[in-house]
Amino acid sequence: MKALGVIHPNSDRSGEMKMESNNVREIIQQNIRKKNHFSDKLMPKIFLFMALISVVTTFGIVYTLIFDSIKFFSQVPISEVFSTKLSPLSKNPSFGFLPLLNGTFFTTIIAMLVAVPIGMGAAIYLSQFASEQIRKILKPVLEVLAGIPTIVYGFFAYSFVTPLLMKLIPSLGAKNVLSPGIVMGIMIIPMVASLSEDAMNAVPEIMKEGAMGLGSTKLETTTKVIIPASISGIVASVVLAISRAIGETMIVTIASGSAKNFTFDITQSMQTMTAYIVEFTSGDAGSGTVGYYSLYAVGLILFIFTLIINLIAQYIARKYREEY
Amino acid sequence: MNKDGNEGFILKEDVKLMNEKMTRPEKEQVTFNKDRIAWRIGLNNFAKHLFFLSTVFAIVVLGILLYQIVVGSIGWLDWQFLTNNLSIFPEKAGIKGAIMGTLFLMMIVIPITLIIGVATAIYLEEYATEGRIQRIIKVNISNLASVPSVIFGLLGLTVFSRMLNLGPSILAGGLTMSLLVLPIVVVASQEALRSVPGFLREASYGMGADKWTTIWRVVLPISIPGIITGAILSISRAIGETAPLVVLGVPTLIMKIPTGIMDDFTVMPIQIYYWTLDTVLTPEYAYLASATIVVLLVTLFILNSVAIIIRNKFQKKF
Repeated sequence: MKALGVIHPNSDRSGEMKMESNNVREIIQQNIRKKNHFSDKLMPKIFLFMALISVVTTFGIVYTLIFDSIKFFSQVPISEVFSTKLSPLSKNPSFGFLPLLNGTFFTTIIAMLVAVPIGMGAAIYLSQFASEQIRKILKPVLEVLAGIPTIVYGFFAYSFVTPLLMKLIPSLGAKNVLSPGIVMGIMIIPMVASLSEDAMNAVPEIMKEGAMGLGSTKLETTTKVIIPASISGIVASVVLAISRAIGETMIVTIASGSAKNFTFDITQSMQTMTAYIVEFTSGDAGSGTVGYYSLYAVGLILFIFTLIINLIAQYIARKYREEY
Repeated sequence: MNKDGNEGFILKEDVKLMNEKMTRPEKEQVTFNKDRIAWRIGLNNFAKHLFFLSTVFAIVVLGILLYQIVVGSIGWLDWQFLTNNLSIFPEKAGIKGAIMGTLFLMMIVIPITLIIGVATAIYLEEYATEGRIQRIIKVNISNLASVPSVIFGLLGLTVFSRMLNLGPSILAGGLTMSLLVLPIVVVASQEALRSVPGFLREASYGMGADKWTTIWRVVLPISIPGIITGAILSISRAIGETAPLVVLGVPTLIMKIPTGIMDDFTVMPIQIYYWTLDTVLTPEYAYLASATIVVLLVTLFILNSVAIIIRNKFQKKF
């Protein structure tokens, strides 16, 4: 206790200290009495209320989608939904959603064929090969690409990529699936690149150095050590990209058109689920018609798709993450 | 230890044997295949260039995109274009209405997202204890961030436009957009709050401040640059977003300039959308769309530059 420097009770100095400490305690006591902890009780409740707004939003989305979808499914038999005939505005409307699923499927596949190889290549280059200076230049440019509004990509697809592709493929329609698919892939490249790069950078330097020390080239280090070690993050980034592609709206609305045919010909127009929602709301879909409710049914399918895919991505990232 | 078990006693022959054992396999391996190494290094260099090309590909596309749009807008983008009202004649058409619409929309989106977003972040980072409510809110926000924007449009259409009877007004659009960009602000604010070191909070508590005083006087002032950066990023997302407003039924042919939050309105992305669709009828609309895109991109560029400047200049390192 001596080491702590306890002052002798009889010395003058200790008297001073004691008085001061009494004063401080009194001040604290007074402060506690003055404050009735009003703010400390009320504030958390206010903030909790604010935080719950986002939860309410989700419930609002689920509620509106399900509520109006029920009205749709009560009027349209399920078997019709799984048919290939979609003609919501004709006299005998038919609501087969397979053409929409088909369109979404093809645009997503084309986008992934563009985004995954190029995005992965960019991620590998930026995380393994690029020098610090090159990285400093390239990374912000990729971020700019990610920040461009989708409507701009839509305009680009329709007024530049489609005419360009027409020169290569003469049979290409003015509205087709190929062009928006490719542009959507370009739009998603930065997302795949940056998420995969993060995953690769998370691999400990020791493992990389170990592989290099054994004499492997950078490529061999990447393919045999870095990618296997970061595979969960990479797969998660691809899955998130798929979800992004499925939910993408403006590019496909502008460049893919609104043909409701069930076809596998990517040079022709197909409608995606998102484009259907946009077409129908910007048209004169009267509230209360079956066509109006079909929006919510399509929206519900879209919502469930993206939700499931996101949950899968989160599950992969959590479950298969290698801890070092 | 040798064969006889005499510890600590090593014969000369043993040393010789050990040396031979150590060197012999090495000698065999020294005769490596030079062709194979050259192949491996060549493959490595090839891959390096391939990966570089894929990075550059994205940038080249960005260059082509910007070039096309800027070239398309030349001759059309002038002061008149910014200040004229909409017109069906391409030569007279301007985007004053769309610019005003975007400004009005931001007047709704900025306060709402900032207040709700920062409050949510404060709750999650400062007040919430590990538990079910905190987990639900966190999972909810990360899922909300990945809901397609067109779905938010359906939410806005049903709740704000039809149920609350706001119609396709600025208020309805602003509320829809606010909910859409909320997760961005929440996540950015959370990171900003998290970066405030614990010792500052403890110092504040040590001085007798209660929790709210600590947050208001210590934590928030330090995390403001991070919060503003997040807010600007969310605003630039809201400015460029089209789908929710189209679903909400925001019309394009608005000849009068909006004056209040209950007015009908149009914004720049929607103007681009309709002009792009109508290029089939009037080819000049493509130039108008290009010019509007230039205005939109310049706006976004300025906003993002401000965000980067704020982040670099005011972010304190502890």
